[in-house]
Amino acid sequence: MDPNTPRTTPRKSATFDDYTLSEIRRAATTGIYDIRGAGAKRKLPHFDDLLFLGASISRYPLEGYREKCGTNVVLGSRFAKKPIELKIPITIAGMSFGSLSAQAKEALGNGATLAGTSTTTGDGGMTPEERGHSKTLVYQYLPSRYGMNPDDLRRADAIEVVVGQGAKPGGGGMLLGQKISDRVAQMRCLPKGIDQRSACRHPDWTGPDDLEIKLHELREITNWEKPIYIKVGGARPYYDTALAVKSGADVVVVDGMQGGTAATQEVFIEHVGQPTLACIRPAVQALQDLGMHRKVQLIVSGGIRNGADVAKALALGADAVSIGTAALVALGDNDPHLEEEYQKLGTTAGAYDDWHEGRDPAGITTQDPELAKRLDPQLAGRRLANYLKVMTLEAQTIARACGKNHVHNLEPEDLVALTVEAAAMAQVPLAGTSWIPGKSGY
Amino acid sequence: MIEIDLEKEGVRGVNSRLHSLPKDTNERHWLIKNPMGQHAIACGLDAPLTVEIGGHAGFYCGGMNKQAEILVHGHVGPGVAENMMSGIVRVAGNASQSAGATGNGGLLVIKGDAASRCGISMKGIDIVVGGSVGHMSAFMAQRGHLVVCGDAGEALGDSIYEARLYVRGKVDNLGADCIEKKMTDHHLAKLARLLDKAEIKANPKDFRRFGSARKLYNFNIDHADAY
Amino acid sequence: MCGIVGLYLKNPKLQPKLGQLFKPMLIEMTSRGPDSAGVAIYRNPAKKGFTKFSLAHDDAKFGWKKLAAGLKAHTKKQVSVEQIGNHAIVTTNAKEEAVTTWLKAHHPQVRIVGSGQAIEIFKETGLPEKVYEKFDLTKAKGSHIIGHTRMATESAVTTAGSHPFATGADLCLVHNGSLSNHNRLRDNLKREGLEFQTENDTEVAAAYMTWKLRQGASLKETLEAGIKDLDGFYTFCVGTHDGFAVVRDPIACKHAVLAETDDWVAMATEFRAIAHLPGADKAKIWEPEPQTIYNWGGH
Repeated sequence: MDPNTPRTTPRKSATFDDYTLSEIRRAATTGIYDIRGAGAKRKLPHFDDLLFLGASISRYPLEGYREKCGTNVVLGSRFAKKPIELKIPITIAGMSFGSLSAQAKEALGNGATLAGTSTTTGDGGMTPEERGHSKTLVYQYLPSRYGMNPDDLRRADAIEVVVGQGAKPGGGGMLLGQKISDRVAQMRCLPKGIDQRSACRHPDWTGPDDLEIKLHELREITNWEKPIYIKVGGARPYYDTALAVKSGADVVVVDGMQGGTAATQEVFIEHVGQPTLACIRPAVQALQDLGMHRKVQLIVSGGIRNGADVAKALALGADAVSIGTAALVALGDNDPHLEEEYQKLGTTAGAYDDWHEGRDPAGITTQDPELAKRLDPQLAGRRLANYLKVMTLEAQTIARACGKNHVHNLEPEDLVALTVEAAAMAQVPLAGTSWIPGKSGY
Repeated sequence: MIEIDLEKEGVRGVNSRLHSLPKDTNERHWLIKNPMGQHAIACGLDAPLTVEIGGHAGFYCGGMNKQAEILVHGHVGPGVAENMMSGIVRVAGNASQSAGATGNGGLLVIKGDAASRCGISMKGIDIVVGGSVGHMSAFMAQRGHLVVCGDAGEALGDSIYEARLYVRGKVDNLGADCIEKKMTDHHLAKLARLLDKAEIKANPKDFRRFGSARKLYNFNIDHADAY
Repeated sequence: MCGIVGLYLKNPKLQPKLGQLFKPMLIEMTSRGPDSAGVAIYRNPAKKGFTKFSLAHDDAKFGWKKLAAGLKAHTKKQVSVEQIGNHAIVTTNAKEEAVTTWLKAHHPQVRIVGSGQAIEIFKETGLPEKVYEKFDLTKAKGSHIIGHTRMATESAVTTAGSHPFATGADLCLVHNGSLSNHNRLRDNLKREGLEFQTENDTEVAAAYMTWKLRQGASLKETLEAGIKDLDGFYTFCVGTHDGFAVVRDPIACKHAVLAETDDWVAMATEFRAIAHLPGADKAKIWEPEPQTIYNWGGH
């Protein structure tokens, strides 16, 4: 052929893109599905697609700093004798000792306590360190019941019954053996170094009618003092919220699909569940239909990053939000100064998600004592507290601009959407119009 | 023996009385009358008490027990002695699903039959069943002993870890990664001690032992069908 | 997600007390199902050639006598009617199809909730105790009764969505659990000509049974086929003309307890519902096995 004949530029398939090709090759070589940490990475309609309408002539803004804008939140006022009061509406989500190092757990406790909020245990029990460093600690009650015991139940400030999480609604877990160190193994009553398979259902109840009886037992054991949260993955938020309330929840936690996990199949993370943005209004609707909005509190999580996200979640009807991935980043996860080490692991700062392998150069998602030592719990805790403070100030700034003396007074009517998708999911009008897709009759 | 009428005092009344006893109390022997199948009776105890329940109990009877000896003169609902830490729970009749679920320690004795998922996710508890157990018993059982004097239903010991299972009767079938193992003198002696403590008369030599093949301990593509 | 209860009297001397014995059983299940309640009671069997229709209308003041007169004029057969709450029992020797066709054409708001020789179905939103009072069930006499208290999961809290659901002459179904393939099954059954009043998963199970029974399957064959074709979690209690049947899915997470004495057989989601019966403390008590059909009375 004449070498001067023009050729078309080589074209890669949009369907079979580089990531897809690499995954096919990986699967063909290893014979195991891809397991990773973190939440959905695909682009989803999110809080960025919403904007606040600040005050102008029809509404009066509050003066920054001088005029008060409250941020406190009371959780668990429905049945618990001792509800929790937090200074800020941002809590730290459940992450286990086992998936995280003891230093990272301690740092989370330090940071949350400095900022006046709560932190949460995870699938692996409560360590004395995290109890000691957390003023307010929520104790998770999970299908595996690793490390579950009545003393810790009574030592906790609240109990969170985990039905599911946003990264994998309907799924159990599998933490590969690399992270099951002596101490983790002992806490979970498992031999060292073996894969830890967590069940997807609780061993002694299924469904809301049984859950009601389970909550009764937990309340009896803890003298009806502790608020009981029920955490669900963002799957069917209307029904799940309604049934959590009917079962007797004090607080409902709805975790959207951007919510992180320590280790789950990639296919689960990216293909099961609904975006956080799509979960809030149905959950709030369920509470309103039952006359329980603000009586049973709603915590929303999954991809909360800044004060604007916090303000938007609250405006849509949440009472508080929860952060996991963002908190780890504040501690030092995926930091560019470790780029050289991320390269050695075949990844790059900002993309590292093989948390289950336990080789985290930041010393956070690891049980390797040498790596874990790299994280200073004091310093990292301070960083988390700073970050929480910034987010709170940001949310207050927006609330004041909308004329609110408390962040909880933000409303859906303070928002517009930039895209039709976000307008439909958040049930707020498309910017510049009065059109709410699916709500305005067309 | 101090008697409390559950029908009059309610579950909350009964439990709060038992919970408020100081550790060195002299009021150590209690009888709960008229349990009427109610739930969460005598759960969360943490003192060396003897608590008798004069009839049938509902869900989570003796849940998370520590130290106490609980005697149920009837049947129990799901999750009896769930997550027990120590002490003894004895059931004269049958138990529903998930008996002894996730139990960490202590001894659970069921004189009659236990239904499905007996000993699910057990973490160190010893369970002795005078009769038979239902399907999926000892699912994901991590540690401890399950002794079944009768038969075991389908998928016994599915995904089992380090718990030891002894069955005298027939086993419908074994779950993934559960295999029959050799009964040594050491195992016979342990089984004899368990039966003795449970006050159940049976000859250890009539039992077979089951445990983990440990093939699911680290992921292997050739065992993927078993997950 | 619910509570289900059934009571079958072996000793005919107890029949005058059926409603009284059953009341605490249903009410004990209130916390499992505070949204609605319903019962199917088997009593006063109609004479040979007659059928009893259990009808319901949302308007408590609906003119049932006028309806009966209209039906009589149309069919030229005997028709009698007894109003109970917002339900009515219409007894007639007219052909079943003639009755249903006429009702659909002239009273589309009237729901046929059951039919047969002996069955009477009553169901309504609200707490079980209120429902029991509304239909004056405490004084009810009869041979057996099944009941349901509902905690609605995904479908609406309405009278139509309450259990029991009729599945054929003298047959009805109550369910505890949640089916996972009912939407496609509903579509298939619609193509087979079955009609649905709700989005309820249990109604699909009931329609499935109706369809199987119409094809000539026995009750046992129908339940066996159901184990294969219905996915999800369920414990079903099926009321039959002379007893009841109980079946659980293969995974069998949703509870069920059976108890039997010389005088009665009872089933319930939890034992506490049975605890109120005389002799319950001495009864033979056991838990039904998965995929196993338990059945009292005929068939």
